[in-house]
Amino acid sequence: MIKTLAAQIKEFKKASILTPVFMIMEVFFEMVIPLMMASIIDDGVEAGDMRHIYLVGVFMVGAALLGLFCGIMGGKFGARASTGFARNLRQAMFDNIQTFSFSNLDKFSTAGLVTRLTTDVTNLQQAYQMLLRICFRAPISMICAMAMAYLINARLATVYLIALVLLAIVLFFIIKKAMKYFQLAFPKYDELNASVQENVSAIRVVKAYVREEYETSKLKKASQGIYDIFLKAERQVVLNMPVMQFTVYTCILLISWMGARMIVQSELTTGELMSLMTYCMNILMSLMMVAMIFVMMSMSIASARRISEVLNEKSDLANPVNPIYDVPSGDIEFRDVNFSYYEDGSKSVLHDINIKIKAGETVGILGGTGSSKTSLVNLISRLYDVSSGTVLVGGRDVREYDMDSLRNQVSVVLQKNVLFSGTILENLRWGNADASEEECRRVCRLACADEFVEKMPEGYHTYIEQGGSNVSGGQKQRLCIARALLKKPKVLILDDSTSAVDTATDAKIREAFAKEIPDTTKLIIAQRVSSVQHADHIILMENGKINGYGTHEELLRDNEIYREVYESQTSGGGDFDEKK
Amino acid sequence: MPGPMRGRMPKGKKIENPGKVFKRLMKYVAKSYGLHLVVVAALIFVSVLANVQGTMFIQSLIDDYIQPMLTTDAPDFHPLAMAIMRVAGFYAIGVAAAYVYNRIMINVTQGVLRNLRNDLFSHMETLPIKYFDTHSHGDIMSTYTNDTDTIRQMVSQSMPQVFNSAITIVSVFISMVILSVPLTVVTLVMVALMLVITGKTAGLSGRYFLQQQKDIGKVNGFIEEMMEGQKVVKVFCHEEENIKKFNELNGNLYHSADKANYLANIVGPVNMQLGNVSYVVCAIVGGALALSGISGLSLGALASFLTFNRSFNGPINQVSQQLNSIVMAMAGADRIFKMMDEEPEADNGYVTLVHVKEENGRLVESDKRTGRWAWRHEHQADHTVDYVELKGDVVFDGVDFGYNDDKIVLHDVKLFAEPGQKIAFVGSTGAGKTTITNLINRFYDIQDGKIRYDGINVNKIKKADLRHSLGIVLQDTHLFTGTVKDNIRYGKLDATDEEVIAAAKLANADGFIRHLPEGYDTVLTGDGANLSQGQRQLLAIARAAIADPPVLILDEATSSIDTRTERIVQDGMDKLMKGRTTFVIAHRLSTVRNSDCIMVLEQGRIIERGTHDQLIEEQGKYYQLYTGNAIAT
Repeated sequence: MIKTLAAQIKEFKKASILTPVFMIMEVFFEMVIPLMMASIIDDGVEAGDMRHIYLVGVFMVGAALLGLFCGIMGGKFGARASTGFARNLRQAMFDNIQTFSFSNLDKFSTAGLVTRLTTDVTNLQQAYQMLLRICFRAPISMICAMAMAYLINARLATVYLIALVLLAIVLFFIIKKAMKYFQLAFPKYDELNASVQENVSAIRVVKAYVREEYETSKLKKASQGIYDIFLKAERQVVLNMPVMQFTVYTCILLISWMGARMIVQSELTTGELMSLMTYCMNILMSLMMVAMIFVMMSMSIASARRISEVLNEKSDLANPVNPIYDVPSGDIEFRDVNFSYYEDGSKSVLHDINIKIKAGETVGILGGTGSSKTSLVNLISRLYDVSSGTVLVGGRDVREYDMDSLRNQVSVVLQKNVLFSGTILENLRWGNADASEEECRRVCRLACADEFVEKMPEGYHTYIEQGGSNVSGGQKQRLCIARALLKKPKVLILDDSTSAVDTATDAKIREAFAKEIPDTTKLIIAQRVSSVQHADHIILMENGKINGYGTHEELLRDNEIYREVYESQTSGGGDFDEKK
Repeated sequence: MPGPMRGRMPKGKKIENPGKVFKRLMKYVAKSYGLHLVVVAALIFVSVLANVQGTMFIQSLIDDYIQPMLTTDAPDFHPLAMAIMRVAGFYAIGVAAAYVYNRIMINVTQGVLRNLRNDLFSHMETLPIKYFDTHSHGDIMSTYTNDTDTIRQMVSQSMPQVFNSAITIVSVFISMVILSVPLTVVTLVMVALMLVITGKTAGLSGRYFLQQQKDIGKVNGFIEEMMEGQKVVKVFCHEEENIKKFNELNGNLYHSADKANYLANIVGPVNMQLGNVSYVVCAIVGGALALSGISGLSLGALASFLTFNRSFNGPINQVSQQLNSIVMAMAGADRIFKMMDEEPEADNGYVTLVHVKEENGRLVESDKRTGRWAWRHEHQADHTVDYVELKGDVVFDGVDFGYNDDKIVLHDVKLFAEPGQKIAFVGSTGAGKTTITNLINRFYDIQDGKIRYDGINVNKIKKADLRHSLGIVLQDTHLFTGTVKDNIRYGKLDATDEEVIAAAKLANADGFIRHLPEGYDTVLTGDGANLSQGQRQLLAIARAAIADPPVLILDEATSSIDTRTERIVQDGMDKLMKGRTTFVIAHRLSTVRNSDCIMVLEQGRIIERGTHDQLIEEQGKYYQLYTGNAIAT
């Protein structure tokens, strides 16, 4: 995990090394300055030696300037290294996600990926900056201060050492206990937020059932729970402060007492005593810092793990070595295809599929939820690889094609489709970046999207909000179809893409397809029989198998399930046929 | 201890009046924890004084205890021991005070957060649907997470820190003035310099922080959108373009984050080293003064002064480091208060829904469920009370409606639904079917016209009672985290298990529920993500069934359900509709055919109305819509 992450430091190696170097140098000046201060008091002020004060003063200002330089440089490189590291992490994850296949994507949830790219990276950025700036500095500052204290007076310094060890032990136990509570608290906190989220999106249900007060009391209970558990955790943390203060004060008093005796016996000077007092704060504060870092680090471990999961994920689809870039025709064939979403082939969702579809045909695919209609068509543009058997497009195995070329020739309108923020034209041009406005209008006409687009105040330049929230479901579907058409594909697959479009428009779209793109093979997944009944052939899927194949009339005659579906959709409509 | 860090940071917008926000926030904290804060302030005072006592002691240690002993042959350590004991006592008090005020602050911080969340939430629940339409859910959530987090930072750390520092600064300042006025002036000049430099740096860094927040917003927005549409990206081979765009945004973020962090990082060292310079300047000036004997500054006093000089710089450094988090907290508080200031849903209704029974031909109010409801209409003019039986008679009279005043989507809608009738709305996407049903339960208020319910203007009916009388099954079902049982019981909180099961049976949901791993006690999470669309719909129907409302609004959502499931759902809906006034947005022929009245909508107008047979005869739009076997969604 560390290796994966460290590989992303890249061009910020220099900054990552310089940061601790400057921070350690800053420590050096921090150590020297108290010595100079002591000298100013001892040899200057007490002795009444003005020249000494000047001399040491100049040195001290010099040291302060150098210290300042180191501090600024440390700050500068620390910022650069950590923000750069974060940038590289984000970029590397994003780049890698772009290579993910559908099955890779299925493994991570959308929300999971977003969290990894945002919150987790921010956590690591902070942890990394901390690591570079303080993780080296604090222990070294502690050791140096300790060494200086020993240099001044070993006996008094031993008091610090004992205090240090005792404080470390106490802090360790406090933090350990606090961490335990925090680990319990954070998931609860997330739960609370999830329940708020739930309420925001289900506000209509809440209001329809007049459950505002009920929901509020539910939330109050949850937030009281959080209050209680955070209180427990913080109560542990808050012990740090008095323990620390107690140790510092005890040290100061002990040193005062022992120091006074030593000064009287001429074993110590007053200036040295003052310096020792300064080091006391230095040593114990550094220990606090180390403890803090420890906590921060352990909290970011989860983030680090989640990020490296994404970085280490390898796309399971690869381009062939000598890919074919041209798809000769829209012929499709499935030969003994079996497919499972699991690598080991368990829980197969498609069994022994054999179909031949000629270029230019329109084929409807019908079947209940979970009958693997979508899985079937996803194999054609190689969104997933078959477990066994072959899928052929234009007479060649789909695995022989360059993936981008294949997907440009086999255009899929996904069931769960998305428009992106940008104008309608920009969205359409996802299909073909160079398409002229005229071309875009044409595909919109085909998809019956032109009527509503042209009614919009800004027409094709209307801005689509994120997720297409400012167009209706049916309008969105029609735009998605238009976008797919812009590729001028050899095969067009509509995966339940007109479910929110009214029947009349649905029929108009199908009519336009038949007239305008006769050479394109059209596969239409639908719930309504009416959407597919005029197709050249209809495939009826049932439990991952082809249950029936034929024209509407043939299936109506021979296939029991088809007949049942048909009748159920027209039930109570005995006069339905007369109506037409 | 850092709180959970969220990716979406507060967006960098300028606060109009930070002073006012600050005052309001303080008022909010003081409302529940005023006394706590007073006690905390007093304890901080005690703790600082104890600390100053200690510092004073170290000064006097040399002058008053050690120096005299050096000059005598038989040093007496007794007075020193006594002094140490005394100071130890002070320290003990200081430590105790510090511990207690920190403990109290935890209660204050967590309490304020809890109250904020509760207040925000209960206020949010009163907001009109329009609020949720016009604010992104991400932004609303961010108020609960990021914005309250900034408040936590400020209340738990900045507030006591600043107060503590302020007291330290004042007490040290007084001590310094007592020791030497000229040196105090020198120190103050240096401090002023420090403040100017810090202020400049902090200001600059603040600018970059705002820029950074903006860039983070952009990066996160892009990430969210692209992760959501990643499969579409793949299908359109758009990976290269995506990487390029992301690279650009990511690079911008790096630049602003780098600068912001850099400037924030150097505030500490700059202050510290300036403090050291200040020390030297004081030593030189003080030395000169003491040696020349002009100001009567003793050497011992100079040594003490130098120590004070050091302890003066520390707190100033700390305050300057808190500035950033205070600014952030003000931005967070501003957004929180903005949400709290949103107008709640207006409800001037006074007509309430009551259970009634009939006695001697008159309706009498009853406190038990009787199966009959009535509107309790207390006339405002003379305070006489009328009971109007709830029948489900709904009339729209010339209703105009738009989500915005300038864009009317429903025009002059006239509609009569008689009790027990089934009214179907038919029309193409966007014709306004769902909108009409949203007006009956007053999710939105109309611009013009009148809606009457059993002859009462719906504006006079209390919203809660109005909605209690209406059962709704929405097109997109929402389930809540909890057991299946809890979800069904949502319609009637005090329902017994038997009632729950009966409702599930009515809705045809019982069968699949029994097949779930834990049956009725199966826990649903993430909006029932582990259920199919059809199953979720069945639960929503059961939820409406248990409420047993006299009037029903059903938005048939069958587009993504396969035919067999659809039939089960349909069957459940049919059972539910029996004997109730029902408004149904219909997709299925059978539903439409059996309706007492069919409204055909187009572009916000009712263009045809009548029974199925009448409409077929008319050969109008309704007739046209039957090019398929089902009716459009």
